[in-house]
Amino acid sequence: MYKSLKKWFPVFMLPTLIAFFIAFLIPLILGIYLSFCNFRSVSDATFVGFSNYIKVFSENSDFVNSLWFTVKFAVVSVITVNIFAFLLALLLTRGIKGTNLFRTVFFMPNLIGGIVLGYIWQLIINGVLYGFGYSITSNAEYGYIGLIVLMNWQMIGYMMIIYIAGIQNIPTDILEAAKVDGAGRFKTLFNIVIPSVMPSVTICLFLTITNSFKLFDQNLALTAGAPGKQTQMIALDIYNTFYGKIGFEGVGQAKAVIFAIMVAVIALLQLYLTRQKEVES
Amino acid sequence: MQKKAQIIWIFILTIVAAVFMAPVAIVLMNSFKGKFSISQTPFVFPTKETFVGLENYTEGVKNTGFWSAFLWSAFITVVSVAVIIIFTSMTAWFIVRVKSKICSVIYYMFVFSMIVPFQMVMFTMSKMANVLGLDNPLGIILIYLGFGAGLSVFMFCGFIKSVPLGIEEAATIDGCNAFQTFWQVVFPILKPTAITVAILNTMWIWNDYLLPYLVIGSDYKTIPIAVQYLKGGYGSIDMGAMMAMLVLAIVPVVIFYLTCQKYIIKGVAAGAVKG
Repeated sequence: MYKSLKKWFPVFMLPTLIAFFIAFLIPLILGIYLSFCNFRSVSDATFVGFSNYIKVFSENSDFVNSLWFTVKFAVVSVITVNIFAFLLALLLTRGIKGTNLFRTVFFMPNLIGGIVLGYIWQLIINGVLYGFGYSITSNAEYGYIGLIVLMNWQMIGYMMIIYIAGIQNIPTDILEAAKVDGAGRFKTLFNIVIPSVMPSVTICLFLTITNSFKLFDQNLALTAGAPGKQTQMIALDIYNTFYGKIGFEGVGQAKAVIFAIMVAVIALLQLYLTRQKEVES
Repeated sequence: MQKKAQIIWIFILTIVAAVFMAPVAIVLMNSFKGKFSISQTPFVFPTKETFVGLENYTEGVKNTGFWSAFLWSAFITVVSVAVIIIFTSMTAWFIVRVKSKICSVIYYMFVFSMIVPFQMVMFTMSKMANVLGLDNPLGIILIYLGFGAGLSVFMFCGFIKSVPLGIEEAATIDGCNAFQTFWQVVFPILKPTAITVAILNTMWIWNDYLLPYLVIGSDYKTIPIAVQYLKGGYGSIDMGAMMAMLVLAIVPVVIFYLTCQKYIIKGVAAGAVKG
């Protein structure tokens, strides 16, 4: 039967493939090529070798600074989001009354878009700081903390849902067996619950790490990188290099290539490391 | 659990829930205050002097063209999601059932596209959309199909692998061609995954800012672009209009969430397991 399916290729595959080539694959290949070129628009590209890549680091320290800022942000927010989400998931799987309502409330911020989230938190943080005569852009520390709070507010609910699904998947007979054997609450948590939810940990870490590194809308709306460029994350730095100054398109594309490779390596490394910890059940 | 512990936990969770809701409540409260009494005292309720009724809303709607932004957002999201579901489910079925070398190469390209950051392709993609005349609300749907294909094909493939061949073969023997077999027999089985894929894509496309901004620009503003547009240039923001726009941007999301809550939460959990 599936021999005859092959002739249906134009109907089943072609529309998706054409869109995929136009939106992703061709721009990707073109983008890699252009990172070795000087260009304003695509048609005037001239090959310049690795000079864009050298300029990423030699022209100014924006890229390195924003990379460092992004890493600091990612480390703290990945840890806090996952810890809070896991604790809430533990609480909401114990049959407490109103569990569904709480779950609904905790997840809600995740549906709000990054731009809107950024302005909501700008209002609140500025309101708090106003009492001390500051605003969110008067010190990079405020923007940094603001981004972490925002990220927690947005992502905790999402990760909580994934952890809840993981905890509910633990076979009850294992938990009962542990109880019969006299395992305490902490022993059960560390020896049974956490090892069994490792698949959820893998996916939650993957989602929080990639989202932290790729964060753009929230960064743009909350501080837009101010003061100076001190709270500018990588994605925003690349955007500003492309569209902020004329003649730096090639450098922007080179930054994007480095960024893409970095995200891919970190994501794959994390998947590899946490997959090893997953137990066969 | 003991009753006492139960009460303590409910109390703690209620406080956490209040903290989660507070930011939205504060924005709602400020949307009724005069624009000069917002940034300095955002935590104070509107008083007789600062209360301005719906002035911020009328002002904001006028300045941003909110209703047209709402309609464009709705149009682009609904049509893109429908197109994504229709075409990527067919693609996924073809990939899983034909199992040729080319198919697995295509499959891994889709998977690979999920981790590539948008910044990698944003410049070349928006140039491409421009050259091909896709820089309008219809053209962007094709772009969304291309970008959404990775996750969607991946999730459909994961599910189709577990669908038994027997039913499809029976349909073929009954004289259905591949197209009929897919839509009459296979797609109904895929419905739960289709809902998950629809929800994940809706959440993404409705809130997406940079892609429509680069592809369409400000001729057909979507809601996130309209909100960001309020900030415009280096001038100061009309905080009153901003608050009203934030509320108007959140309302559709909350309505969508409360009506489809069951599917959304299931979809997120299911999407994660497949990932």
